[in-house]
Amino acid sequence: MSPVSTPVISAAGLTKKFGDLAAVDGIDFDVPPGEAFGLLGPNGAGKSTTMRMIGAVSTRTGGDLTVLGLDPDGYGPEIRSQLGVVPQEDNLDTELRVRDNLIVYGRYFGIDRRTCARRADELLEFAQLEDKARSKVDDLSGGMKRRLTIARALINEPRILMLDEPTTGLDPQARHVLWDRLFRLKERGTTLVLTTHYMDEAEQLCDRLVVVDHGRIMAEGSPASLIREHSSREVVELRFGSDRNADAAARLEGTADRVEVLPDRVLLYTADGEALLERVAHLGLRPTTSLVRRSSLEDVFLRLTGRSLIE
Amino acid sequence: MTTTTEPMSLAAIDAAQRPRRFGALYVAEHQIRQMRAYAWTIVVAGVGSPLVYLVGIGLGLATYLDQQVSDGPAGSVSYVWFVAPALLATAAVSVATEEFTYTVMAGFKWRRIFLGMNASPVSPEQICSGVVLAVLARMVFTTLAYYLIILAFGAVGHPWAGFLMPLVGMLAGTAFGLPLLAYSASITEDKGQFAVVQRFVFTPLFLFSGTFYPLATLPVWLQWIGWISPLWHASEVGRTLSYGSSGSGWPTWAHLAVLVAMSAAGWLMARRTFVGRLRG
Ligand SMILES: Nc1ncnc2c1ncn2[C@@H]1O[C@H](COP(=O)(O)OP(=O)(O)OP(=O)(O)O)[C@@H](O)[C@H]1O
Ligand SMILES: [Mg+2]
Repeated sequence: MSPVSTPVISAAGLTKKFGDLAAVDGIDFDVPPGEAFGLLGPNGAGKSTTMRMIGAVSTRTGGDLTVLGLDPDGYGPEIRSQLGVVPQEDNLDTELRVRDNLIVYGRYFGIDRRTCARRADELLEFAQLEDKARSKVDDLSGGMKRRLTIARALINEPRILMLDEPTTGLDPQARHVLWDRLFRLKERGTTLVLTTHYMDEAEQLCDRLVVVDHGRIMAEGSPASLIREHSSREVVELRFGSDRNADAAARLEGTADRVEVLPDRVLLYTADGEALLERVAHLGLRPTTSLVRRSSLEDVFLRLTGRSLIE
Repeated sequence: MTTTTEPMSLAAIDAAQRPRRFGALYVAEHQIRQMRAYAWTIVVAGVGSPLVYLVGIGLGLATYLDQQVSDGPAGSVSYVWFVAPALLATAAVSVATEEFTYTVMAGFKWRRIFLGMNASPVSPEQICSGVVLAVLARMVFTTLAYYLIILAFGAVGHPWAGFLMPLVGMLAGTAFGLPLLAYSASITEDKGQFAVVQRFVFTPLFLFSGTFYPLATLPVWLQWIGWISPLWHASEVGRTLSYGSSGSGWPTWAHLAVLVAMSAAGWLMARRTFVGRLRG
């Protein structure tokens, strides 16, 4: 058994119940070191609950879980000493200044003040917040707060960085800045575990991901393999107006591998979108707008659950 | 402790050693740092309130009183001597009512900083202990300042024995404060509960705990308030320390036992509540 192959996280039949509700309902996965692993799923899928169990702050109700080879039930502090956690909701200390947030947090890991201060300066640079070092947390933008939270999570030089919806609520530009920082961490070999309900984020950042819904894993693989396996190469999106979509879809049945009607548009799954558009024109259908695009994880999700990721 | 030889596991075990040992101190360090934000209030309340009370009572109220309130070994005791130990204990209890309410709510809900600490190696029990340690630090300052001021006003019989008064005051602070901490930590929705505690628990205790007159003055059906009040027990012990007699008939150890029991019960409940809240 070579140490390289030993997973840093290993879950088997992992379950969390709140009363009768199984928020996480028997999931299995392994995360090898250095991987960027994603949990993709809609609201309430059980992503945060899974993250909290891995982070050793929520006790599982069933199944097996080891993190860094240790069971969170007996080794919570040990596991947490090696994790960096970016929670879904920021919990920065708004009474402390930006740099002090990092230093104070480092102390919880038993790191001496001098080392905390040195790392804080490095991390502020990494998070592109050097000129905000003395600002109040409340004066930061949403994206800056998120970057500060990531910097804080790195103060203990974690083996695994856990990010629960790192970019939810950020504007596109702030998201790209943040993704860029996460890429750098990936390059340095930090294991990333992240949840998201943005398929573009999952596609950008994850080497491998699981699609979760209702606490269960629906599919697993790299973004590309999931798309290959569960969707066609291209998708044609047609809009006929909300009252005519269903009619049009009925007439389009058979033209594509699969036809999916959403309230606002019809999706046609096919290998060759342009060719399909021509067939649509031959049928005499006049969509108000049409668009050919590549299949995405959104389509995989729709296929697997019959629902959209973001309502 | 473990049989693993996995390097990553061993590294984790090594890294957790300091937090396992000192986690509560790290939390206390952070909490005390927070207090800097309102350090001015702490100082003004700590020094100003004894001054106001002692001047008001010593120069005002006491001059109107003809009836003697208590007997010391050397005869009748001046009113200021009688009130001073009770005021000192009250100061510790009011620190508890401030710190074990809003600070806790801020930690769990408003600013969620306990959730941040919770993701680090420190345990929920250590977070609870750290919060308590920080409040104790503030109580040390408040009760010591109080004691030095009453000493300066000549309101203490035995100055050296009296130096134990801050400790007894702090015990009143924990006897009242730790059950309150357990309660605060269980609140998920702020519906003004703390104002209720202030008005309907703290204020009546302050008025009916033999603070300004001996408890025996009250009708028997009101005296029970004193018996369950940390303030009364601490005041009586403080009076014994100051002038050798409290006149209530309860032995000092019994007063202390009540204070310790309330503190211990509150402590256990508070820790359990923190664990429940942070490990759900
Ligand atoms: N402490 C709790 N007590 C009771 N139910 C809970 C608790 N935490 C989560 N749940 C429930 O468990 C389910 C999964 O929640 P979870 O927060 O893990 O979902 P999520 O995938 O992170 O969703 P989101 O995208 O909205 O963050 C939800 O139905 C939620 O209401
Ligand atoms: Mg979530």
